[in-house]
Amino acid sequence: MRITKEEIAMQVTRNCLLVALVALALAWLPVGPARAGEGPDQVTLDSLASLYQGVNFDHAAHEGMAESCATCHHHTTGAAPLNPACQGCHEAGQQAATVACRDCHLAEPFSAEALRAKDENIHLFHTDQVGLKAAYHLACMGCHKETGGPVGCQDCHARTEAGDAFFHAGAYAPPPAPAGGHGE
Amino acid sequence: MTKITRRRFLAASLAGGAAVTLAPARKAMASGSFEGYPEGMGVLVDLTRCVGCRSCEAACNKEQQLPAPAEPFDDPSVFDQTFHGGTQKRRTDENHYTVVNRYQPEDGGAPVYRKIQCNHCNEPACLTSCFVNAYTKTREGAVIYNPDVCVGCRNCMVACPFNIPAYAYSSVLNPRIRKCIFCYDTRLKNGKPPACVEACPQEALTFGHRKNLLKIARERIKLNPDRYVDHIYGEKEVGGTAWLYLSGVPFEQAGFNTTLQQEPIINNVKDFLSMVPMVLAIWPAMFSGFHLLAKHREAHAEDHAHPQQEEDKP
Repeated sequence: MRITKEEIAMQVTRNCLLVALVALALAWLPVGPARAGEGPDQVTLDSLASLYQGVNFDHAAHEGMAESCATCHHHTTGAAPLNPACQGCHEAGQQAATVACRDCHLAEPFSAEALRAKDENIHLFHTDQVGLKAAYHLACMGCHKETGGPVGCQDCHARTEAGDAFFHAGAYAPPPAPAGGHGE
Repeated sequence: MTKITRRRFLAASLAGGAAVTLAPARKAMASGSFEGYPEGMGVLVDLTRCVGCRSCEAACNKEQQLPAPAEPFDDPSVFDQTFHGGTQKRRTDENHYTVVNRYQPEDGGAPVYRKIQCNHCNEPACLTSCFVNAYTKTREGAVIYNPDVCVGCRNCMVACPFNIPAYAYSSVLNPRIRKCIFCYDTRLKNGKPPACVEACPQEALTFGHRKNLLKIARERIKLNPDRYVDHIYGEKEVGGTAWLYLSGVPFEQAGFNTTLQQEPIINNVKDFLSMVPMVLAIWPAMFSGFHLLAKHREAHAEDHAHPQQEEDKP
């Protein structure tokens, strides 16, 4: 089928219109650092769920408790990072294209590709960036320990059946040991 | 019988001795500075991150297809278990290649958890103590062993400075040494981290090239001087280990043996061992030389009895 000149012209006009509309829509988005209350109310963290179910994270409740967005989001929301070590490069915050943990913290931080990338940039500060699972746990547990929040595994996420099998717990628990076992 | 003169015997034994002593001496000097394979992998254990969830124990049990545990892996009561009259916390055995223990620091702070497993030494004492050569230090950094050639002498159990190799006492027909192999067969040789590392929710275990882990460890200490003791356990201990540790409390309070030497264990006996071939080669030659000389003199004495000796007789 041959495409006529008119058809091409029409397509170009349509594309231009689309770009203009997207630009208009973007203009409505907030510019500058995000503030508490602007984030989502609820975030489901389930991309790694297997031994445990995903977490329904009450983002709105935590927004009120955290000192700043940077407490969890480092510099990505545009707020100044709290860790002095980050301020060398991101003193005034540096808004990123994404603020989701999983977009920077790798789900498989020790894969061959990840280690190769690390090897090439071993002197880069971010070389010691933790994986996604640790990013969640270190951030949540670190705060929860300090503030008396829940720290038990199943306080935040219920164990799945695969998890019970993995830990030999629940329905997979070993039978009670006979009396006179070892130990004191 | 060929005639051996005193001069010929001494010349021959000196030449032989020199040849035997020089060869191993050069070899011993070359291996003294071995600091692990350049591409060797390791794990950095950060005790300040460990929460004692025992996920690593569960992962090890699954990966190595070990028997079901006596208690569930989420049961914290195992931390209270002690042995030998309360002097001994849980140790690795034939069914547990890794265990986590809990320690109470002396400053009364929060308890510290420490995972133990094979530390995969750069110059493993188990390997050098094994006379059937069952052990291998792989290029990836793992210390593995061939259970088929193990004769059950348990020299490695005595040699290990960390008390890791365990003996399968329960097996009557095929008792053998069992220990952590860094998941070599199923993971490490395919470029994957060991199962315990993958399971750890806190990334208390960081997997990578040993040389990079040392840089990361130093950086963590530098950025958080209040959080860490200024020491990387395993960097120098017994010549360096693939598994490295950072701690927020003095290492001896977390159950580490801080009296270990910096030199590989083999260095204690290397000088002596290099003498062994010389002794084995020279002594038989020397003593048979003495024997022949003595015999020769006896024969000589019989043939040409000395007239003076006869005069001395009463």
